[in-house]
Amino acid sequence: MTFFIETLIGGLLAGTMYSLVAIGFVLIYKASGVFNFAQGAMLLFAALTFVSLREQGVPFAAALVLTVVVIAIGALAIERWILRPLVNRSQITLFMATLGLSFIVEGLAQGLMGAEVRALDLGIQDTPVMFGDIMVSHFDLVAAATATVLVTVLALLFNKTRVGVSLRAVADDTRAALSIGINLNRIWQIVWAVAGSVGLVAGLLWGARQGVQFSLSLVVLKALPVLIIGGFTSIGGAIVGGLIVGAAENLAEVYIGPFIGGGITPWFAYFIALAFLYVRPAGLFGERAIERV
Amino acid sequence: MTGATTQDSHTILEVNNISLSFKGVKAISDLSFSVRRGEICALIGPNGAGKSSLLNILNGVYHPDAGEVVFESEHFHRIHPLEAARRGIGRTFQNNALFKKLSVVDNLLTGLSRFMRTNLLEQAFRLPRAHREEWVFREHAESVLEFLELQSYRDVAVGHLSYGLQKRVELGRALIASPRLLLLDEPMAGMNAEEKQEMSRFIADINRDLGTTVVLIEHDIGVVMELCGHVVVLDYGLKVGDGTPAEVQTNPEVIAAYLGTVH
Repeated sequence: MTFFIETLIGGLLAGTMYSLVAIGFVLIYKASGVFNFAQGAMLLFAALTFVSLREQGVPFAAALVLTVVVIAIGALAIERWILRPLVNRSQITLFMATLGLSFIVEGLAQGLMGAEVRALDLGIQDTPVMFGDIMVSHFDLVAAATATVLVTVLALLFNKTRVGVSLRAVADDTRAALSIGINLNRIWQIVWAVAGSVGLVAGLLWGARQGVQFSLSLVVLKALPVLIIGGFTSIGGAIVGGLIVGAAENLAEVYIGPFIGGGITPWFAYFIALAFLYVRPAGLFGERAIERV
Repeated sequence: MTGATTQDSHTILEVNNISLSFKGVKAISDLSFSVRRGEICALIGPNGAGKSSLLNILNGVYHPDAGEVVFESEHFHRIHPLEAARRGIGRTFQNNALFKKLSVVDNLLTGLSRFMRTNLLEQAFRLPRAHREEWVFREHAESVLEFLELQSYRDVAVGHLSYGLQKRVELGRALIASPRLLLLDEPMAGMNAEEKQEMSRFIADINRDLGTTVVLIEHDIGVVMELCGHVVVLDYGLKVGDGTPAEVQTNPEVIAAYLGTVH
């Protein structure tokens, strides 16, 4: 029983790392109806920028602030040169645009800052912590706590600030938002900057765990099943989806794995997502597709 | 796109030879009329006459194939909805386009978005400037709530309100931005007689007390006759009547359109 609980908790905590990646997608999808395939590239770019700054001897906090500034500039550029010119195009066009963007950002990031694996030390010990009989990873606990703080901050921003409320208005009804004078371009800039910053947090945690390198951008593929399960339009869904995927992966690896030769983790999340597509195509907390103007 | 002209100062809006078609189907054909400052003008006509399409052109949701709109002496072939809002054109939609999950007061406050001068960071850290702005916005929202008798619903999520109340909130969201021209797409659709009476009163009050020019689409001819001083009748995208309610009522073409005789 202890082992089961340990496996479950380990999975749930690891799941928050998936949630972090998925939240970036949800933000952009809700506000602009764009499935941003470049979220992974943005995450890699943010983590690489941060690591490079640290290597130049920039202090931790300053590197964090500078990276956010770089992300914000990137968000302005993306809105101006990709979203605005393609505003009335179909979803698939925008998706392809973000796919292209993804390769450009990855290429640029590695060209400018190097393609070798970089170690990222956030000063978090990856040592086990004991709660009675149950062993939990210290790093996982910090990651889960970070995710909790981040989600709380986002919730406060969206509910307690005027810009946040405008953002929710855009997510709710784009056409009405435009007609009452909400500046969509501005909202998109903000959303992409916020999604990029969420990507930075996810990138730092993932980077600290597996090194900062090209493969970091592949965490998007981990976020896809999370989004299908939780729904593309709900931050709460992204969290729950992440927890489900994390827990299911861990449990399946331990309890089902031995019977089918192990190595379940890479695909089991997709297996669950497929099952969800049959039963709840919009995901647990998803809404109908957003109508673009 | 724009240019000054010698528009009569009594005219706030002019529609000049507007045509619009969707995939070859004519929705509006060579339509012209003008709206005087301070009047309530009704657009009437059977379903599919092009009334909503026209409102969508006026605030830039649709772009006409031909013709121009003159608003406050500025000529527009096409206008962006954001630009229309900035120039003082407010509107409501046929099927309520409120932000259902937001409270009544937050819905009203979104109507002030374009007056917002503080950024997300100032607001997040509650800096003095953001605090002051929030206070001014709230004051403004309270006055609209009071004007439309919505105070007791201030913090209710709009999705939980009755249809009639939602229409009133949508009117408030347009009103809070102090528009010079208010476009109302069927503000009384789906209402009972009492609710219609109430809504008519609010529209008349806005027009009289705030001096706002109103262009509205309405099917209830009784309401139109009572509320509006100017009626434009559309049928199959063509103007078939334009004048006072009394003039329009006796126009044989209008009667034909409504009775569905040969066009």
